[in-house]
Amino acid sequence: MKQTIGYKVIVDWLAAYNRKPFLFQQQAWQHIIQQESGLVNAPTGCGKTFSVFLGALIQFINQHPNDYKTKKKNGLQLLWLTPLRALAKDIGRAMEEAIEGLGMSWQVGIRNGDTDMTERARQKRQMPEVLIITPESLHLLLGQKGYTEIFRQLKIVAVDEWHELLGSKRGVQVELAISRIVNIIPDDNKLSIWGISATIGNLEEAKNVLMSPLKLEGIIVKANMDKAIEVESVLPDEIEKYPWAGHLGIKLAHKVIPIIMQSRTTLIFINTRGMSEIWYQKILDICPELAGSIALHHGSIDMELRTWVEENLHTGNLKAVVCTASLDLGVDFRPVETVIQVGSPKGVARFLQRAGRSGHSPDATSKIYFLPTHSLELAEAAALKQAIREKIIESRPPMLLCYDVLIQYLNTLAISDGFIPEIIYKELITTYCYRDLARNEWEQILHFISSGGALHQYDDYKKIEIEDGIYKMKSRRLAMRHRLHIGTIVSESMMKVKFMSGGYIGVIEEWFISRREPGDVFTLAGRNLEFVMIKDMTAYVRKSNKKKSIVPSWQGGRMPLSANLGKKLRETFDRKSFNRKRLTQDGSHEKEIELEVLEPLFDLQEKLSIVPKQNELLIEQIETKDGFHLFVYPFEGRLVHEAMAAILAYRISRIRPITFSFAMNDYGFELLSDQPVPVDDTNVYELFTPDNLLMDIQRSVNSTEMARRKFRDIAVIGGLVFQGFPGEQKKARHLQASASLLFNVFSEYEPGNVLLRQAYQEVLDQQMEEVRLRDMLHRIQESKIILTFPERLTPFCFPIKVDSLREDLSSEKLEDRVRKMQLQLENE
Amino acid sequence: MPLAFYICRPMTQLLSHIINNEHFILSAERTLFWEDKRTLIVADLHAGKTGHFRKSGINIPQSVYKDDLHRLLAQVLFFKAEKLVIVGDLTHSIANRELDLFRKWRKDFSALDVHLAKGNHDILDNAWYKEADITVHNDPLVIENFAFIHDFTDTEEMPAGSQFIFSGHVHPIICIRGKGRQSLAFPCFYFNSQYCILPAFSRFTGGYKIDPEKGDKVFAIAEREIIPLHKS
Repeated sequence: MKQTIGYKVIVDWLAAYNRKPFLFQQQAWQHIIQQESGLVNAPTGCGKTFSVFLGALIQFINQHPNDYKTKKKNGLQLLWLTPLRALAKDIGRAMEEAIEGLGMSWQVGIRNGDTDMTERARQKRQMPEVLIITPESLHLLLGQKGYTEIFRQLKIVAVDEWHELLGSKRGVQVELAISRIVNIIPDDNKLSIWGISATIGNLEEAKNVLMSPLKLEGIIVKANMDKAIEVESVLPDEIEKYPWAGHLGIKLAHKVIPIIMQSRTTLIFINTRGMSEIWYQKILDICPELAGSIALHHGSIDMELRTWVEENLHTGNLKAVVCTASLDLGVDFRPVETVIQVGSPKGVARFLQRAGRSGHSPDATSKIYFLPTHSLELAEAAALKQAIREKIIESRPPMLLCYDVLIQYLNTLAISDGFIPEIIYKELITTYCYRDLARNEWEQILHFISSGGALHQYDDYKKIEIEDGIYKMKSRRLAMRHRLHIGTIVSESMMKVKFMSGGYIGVIEEWFISRREPGDVFTLAGRNLEFVMIKDMTAYVRKSNKKKSIVPSWQGGRMPLSANLGKKLRETFDRKSFNRKRLTQDGSHEKEIELEVLEPLFDLQEKLSIVPKQNELLIEQIETKDGFHLFVYPFEGRLVHEAMAAILAYRISRIRPITFSFAMNDYGFELLSDQPVPVDDTNVYELFTPDNLLMDIQRSVNSTEMARRKFRDIAVIGGLVFQGFPGEQKKARHLQASASLLFNVFSEYEPGNVLLRQAYQEVLDQQMEEVRLRDMLHRIQESKIILTFPERLTPFCFPIKVDSLREDLSSEKLEDRVRKMQLQLENE
Repeated sequence: MPLAFYICRPMTQLLSHIINNEHFILSAERTLFWEDKRTLIVADLHAGKTGHFRKSGINIPQSVYKDDLHRLLAQVLFFKAEKLVIVGDLTHSIANRELDLFRKWRKDFSALDVHLAKGNHDILDNAWYKEADITVHNDPLVIENFAFIHDFTDTEEMPAGSQFIFSGHVHPIICIRGKGRQSLAFPCFYFNSQYCILPAFSRFTGGYKIDPEKGDKVFAIAEREIIPLHKS
């Protein structure tokens, strides 16, 4: 490759800026010009974009050595998929700079929800050589008549941030689009697919998912540029021996101020939107001078406001941004100096990603501060540090058999050129997601979209019609409605929030607004807003000067503790009992300050009960005036614990009739009864057996309610829920049915429906993390189960106890109650 | 179609209720029977709703609609009703083929005297109701001293000659809360001293959570049973 003209041209151009290609970039380019496919594994900020983009240019230059500069209107050469619209502009700019610097005539186009009509028309007339596009917009292209023409000259499909898309339904959209494109490219034109991904636990699998439609093995090109990461824990002045997930974090807010002040730009990551609003206010309260140079950024804030924050962070006008996972992506071009993580990130990958945002150059050390929101989280910090050292990173398992996304895709193909079932079926089984799609399931889906069990004489059903064996959507009205719907992956129980005088602030969950009375004041995007009214699916508000306001909570999932981090945490407690030192990179031992500081807590735990070693499962049985408590500590994350609590309760009730109430957190769970719990060392292993797991799940867990919740999203994606045309919501009223109602109707009248089945499957996979649950039970069978009988509540069980009270008490009352409990326990 | 083709549902729970000295029977099948007048009272059938969705490409199973019609038939037969009063929203939207099934059903009961107190969804042509032999009332329908109005908030005061109003429109649901975040929701009959809100007859309807006050009488419909829930 180094002999080729393309390579020389690129190297010369880079040299003009005193840059040399990295080894991994050269490797990637080599494979690209050989028309191979694969995955580039590079951390953010290391030139991953150019590893594929410049490769595409080199390939082009080599093919047209004499006129590569002037040759234009070449048709689409490179399709660049990115998960975020916001990133597209940055990537496009960088590419255009390169093209201009090389004197070439390639055009770069962007295609997403923000692209205006003129630009779209221009692209229709003449496709640019590079198209930067989101998965949704790519599906929209597949929904246009004659779309096959667009891809005739396509050479490379690049999937940027693949680790982000993998394991989500948008990743499935990518798989589907690729399967279609691969099959419409003329045979003599060999298409390459390149994923670009950060490090995840299942990199090999990630590659395979992309390579699947090509039926190729593919290559992984690793960047080997691991940034050094330094983690510093912000320690509280005093350790609570009875910790609880409450306002400890906020009490440490003043420690964050000096960190902000001494750094040029700082990102403060908060785990939930609600807490980010609280933190933003708190920092302004403590340090009013920061007003104007600190901003708030989370997923429910209006896009314009978010864009403003991103731009100003980039230009250095903002000193600090309080944010959620909303700022996880989009790093290459916008590093910050300092990163603070408030509360456990619950996973190593996320923590690393955020740490990687700090520091300016690839070889600088990234520093991240960790601020615990309760004392035991310091143990998580210690576990995190160890996990980083050992490079233990979570996997992103790909989703399988997403019927809802498939139905949406088929409707999309039906509105453009129509599709022939046999052809599409063959394409589907080449994808990773649908490789196990059985023929009868396929038939069922075709039937669902084209007709579906009707009283034909009394039926007006119209969606997809079959003409000469081609499935088409002929109704213009229905086609238009579907077009609006293409790409919808997230369900819309959100309502827009707008000022009476105009101007959008963001979105709020519908259930939250529905409970507000006019005059109520709540916080969003850092502002106090007075609720006025709801009209046309929008909540109207006015600015409020009131001091007291309600912080909305968002029902969206709090991530549970990952399996990796859980394992490391168990090991961390082990280290506590052994000696408080951990291995550093050079093999020596260093003191773990987090564990040292927790000593009083560990001592108390050891005194009342035990601190479990990593191959031990601790079960505490405590009797208080509230009843008989059983606390179990698997450290497997709240979702697994939620399922396990129900299963255990069921299994115990088969020994003797007994009812329980449950509570759980990421560390363990509680069963509370008014009778003594019949668990002892003669039956405890049986209670945690993996045998009959599925049957016991069905009998114990309220999977119907969980499935109903999952069905909400699935019904929207599959097109069963109609939101109405913009501005025409009133007409849509006759077509509105809640997903819950649809769930009931389908459960009763069409129980074999694919979308219903998908809901139940998703409950098993995602809600209960069935695989993880099973693994845990196997692990427990191999461990030593230790039963202790503490005379009063222990430090470990305290946070679980408090969480169970949360549901019944307001946050002020809760704080009072907890304080009383802590005092009482410490004085006993 | 001969009556023998339809299957009568097994007995479901019934509850007696007296309003102003008149005897009514509440049925867990979401109907109300006025004994003396041999009149069956229902609200919010929304016939043709599944058809409306299907026409727009959303394939709700039609069986839910068929079942609604079967249930109405069973109730008419069970109570041996001579008159049927529909307190609004007989149909859901504009005409569609599913309504032909309703008309066919209607013809099987040509002896049944059917009255409709017009609701906001009743937008069909007069000709349709005429052909279906349904008497439509635009103003409140008053029988003895009971008025039948689809949405009771439409009137400021009690219609002339009446002391009590039966209405629908709301699709009332009562929520029962347990410990923690547990709650159950049921369609219900709602009564206070002046009016009653009937549950939506059709099972393909959403509902609105009502907030009863002291002294109100609420009857929750749980599966096949009626459960009186009165706020004390």
